[in-house]
Amino acid sequence: MSVLVDQDTRVLVQGITGKAGGFHAGQCMDYGTQVVAGVTPGKGGQKFRDEVPVYNTVAEAVATTGANVSLLFVPPLAAADSILEAIDAELDLVVCITEGIPVRDMAEVKARLQMPGTRTRLIGPNCPGIITPGACKIGIMPGYIHQPGKVGVVSRSGTLTYEAVWQLTQKGVGQSTCIGIGGDPINGTSHTDALRMFEEDPGTEAVIMIGEIGGTAEEEAAAWARDHMSKPMAAFIAGTTAPPGRRMGHAGAIISGGEGTAESKIAALREAGIEVAPTPAEMAEALLKVYSPG
Amino acid sequence: MNIHEYQAKQIFAEYGIPVARGYPARSAGEIESATASFAEDQKIVVKSQIHAGGRGKGTFTDGFQGGVQIASGPAEARAIAGKMLGNTLVTHQTGPEGREVRTVFFTEATGIDHEYYLAILLDRKTAQSVVIASTEGGVDIEEVAESTPERIIRLQVPPTLGLRPHQARRIAFGLGLEGDLFKEMTKLLMNLYRMYWETNAMMVEINPLVRTADGHIEALDAKVSFDENALGAHPEIEALRDTNEEDPKETEAAEYDLNYIAMDGNIACMVNGAGLAMATMDIIKYYGGEPANFLDVGGGATEEQVTNAFRIITQDPNVRGILVNIFGGIMQCDVIARGIVNAARTIELTVPLVVRLEGTNVEEGRRILAESGLELHAAEGLAPAAEAIVARVASAA
Repeated sequence: MSVLVDQDTRVLVQGITGKAGGFHAGQCMDYGTQVVAGVTPGKGGQKFRDEVPVYNTVAEAVATTGANVSLLFVPPLAAADSILEAIDAELDLVVCITEGIPVRDMAEVKARLQMPGTRTRLIGPNCPGIITPGACKIGIMPGYIHQPGKVGVVSRSGTLTYEAVWQLTQKGVGQSTCIGIGGDPINGTSHTDALRMFEEDPGTEAVIMIGEIGGTAEEEAAAWARDHMSKPMAAFIAGTTAPPGRRMGHAGAIISGGEGTAESKIAALREAGIEVAPTPAEMAEALLKVYSPG
Repeated sequence: MNIHEYQAKQIFAEYGIPVARGYPARSAGEIESATASFAEDQKIVVKSQIHAGGRGKGTFTDGFQGGVQIASGPAEARAIAGKMLGNTLVTHQTGPEGREVRTVFFTEATGIDHEYYLAILLDRKTAQSVVIASTEGGVDIEEVAESTPERIIRLQVPPTLGLRPHQARRIAFGLGLEGDLFKEMTKLLMNLYRMYWETNAMMVEINPLVRTADGHIEALDAKVSFDENALGAHPEIEALRDTNEEDPKETEAAEYDLNYIAMDGNIACMVNGAGLAMATMDIIKYYGGEPANFLDVGGGATEEQVTNAFRIITQDPNVRGILVNIFGGIMQCDVIARGIVNAARTIELTVPLVVRLEGTNVEEGRRILAESGLELHAAEGLAPAAEAIVARVASAA
């Protein structure tokens, strides 16, 4: 069992004819992901790697191939429009890797996602994607560091997710699904959304949640976990040393108006009974203090 | 990206938002011509243009008081501007080093009856815009929100609808305006929202927005910051960037697609990924060291980028040691290793270097480092790497 994606997931890649899109589509296929279509407006009729048909529109790709998830690599100023196209085509899930989408565009996408009757979930933007080890990789993460298992991982940061996953794998602890929700201030799936899905997933026994300074998403997730989470959890918050008012790489990672500090997040997590790793080197260790893999 | 007040007011004027007549000047010659456009008996406000608040109460490093002053006429305005231009202004937001004033801005002095506060910004929590207005302007709005929250009007604006006339009316009535002033205010609100939205601003703030002695509404100050991600669609706004207001190392790093932020410590770090870069700073601190910078080389760094990253972090004279922490996913460890070897040779590295590589092609990367003959410590694992660099810097001190 897993969350959102598995061996039956049928993936289309928006922007498959671009450099990054093509490279990562290939990597996902090599991992075993079913990449069934590509979409690049004006390049319909081409084939990717001589086997994956490319379509002009998402609607056409879905009608022809039955794709239900999109992996999106469209350049930043055009990416929001491509997300909207995927939502209109009623995909189950859109995984947007693109970094640098204007916040205003994401505000519009968020409003569209909240319209009644919308069936699509968005992961990202500015994220590494989602992987169910051994079954389906939809994103840019290195597949080999993962191992199938029962720990769910959710994080805003890409390489910090790899760090947590690698620590788990080295200790022989596998992962059910790892979700990178992205480092932007407005994103499609929150920490709380991910926790809810892990709580409901019978294939997940424990969760590592990785957050960082900025916003209040981690505090909200901690409050939700306190009231609803039955599974053991560990967490790490990056940015204890970050100065206020500076954007630390991710557009969302900024302490402003006294909100979003690492201290307030760590306090909220501890208050919710979540084991907080003191350093990024101890994320797996922290989880294993509260969880014994069966 | 932030811009200067005079630039913001030029954009305001284009969008029909009332501002006083004004002229910027960057040189003695421009001071002459700018002040010549005012009548002899016209009171003139002389304003230092730097990207920091608290200018009025600021002090120049030579003791001259006040980054914003009122002159009785063009002659006095010229004298004041002459003392400001090229001088360094220290305010509560600049830090003790202050900022050099490279532009002064002259505007007609406005008789003020009342000061209001007005801002529009994007609220990440709701993914909607928020209009904030108050009858208490010209002061720190956070203090007003704290002590008299009932004097703050907050209104959500859904991105798909935009600011609606009934919302503008609610704000104008809420500020107690009527008659022509009410009409001017609703018009200003609609225009300001249009400007905010069309230019991809993250925030526009007018503090104070004033009711003038002759009965009009006017933006006395203007603060605008834009979404960096949208500048590609707005070359006319990108052209307003003043790199003098930015850290030169950060500007240089941006040219190589590196994300660099200077800090106060002495251990430089180079990391791939923003989250891991923050976490690396944290673990240095945890083991008793102080990070000298945040540096994210991104997801697909080239050998050249790594070399440039090294050059930039070692320009900081406080640096006593370097920690490289790379978790190669898509980025390959051998590429990083070659970059490190090149950089260390070109810049003749004199401080201790600890390198932690993990991930794709890690064996090849470690081999390149080991065979390079460079004096470096290869650490396995994040914690041993942090401990190693902190210990080396401490023992060298």
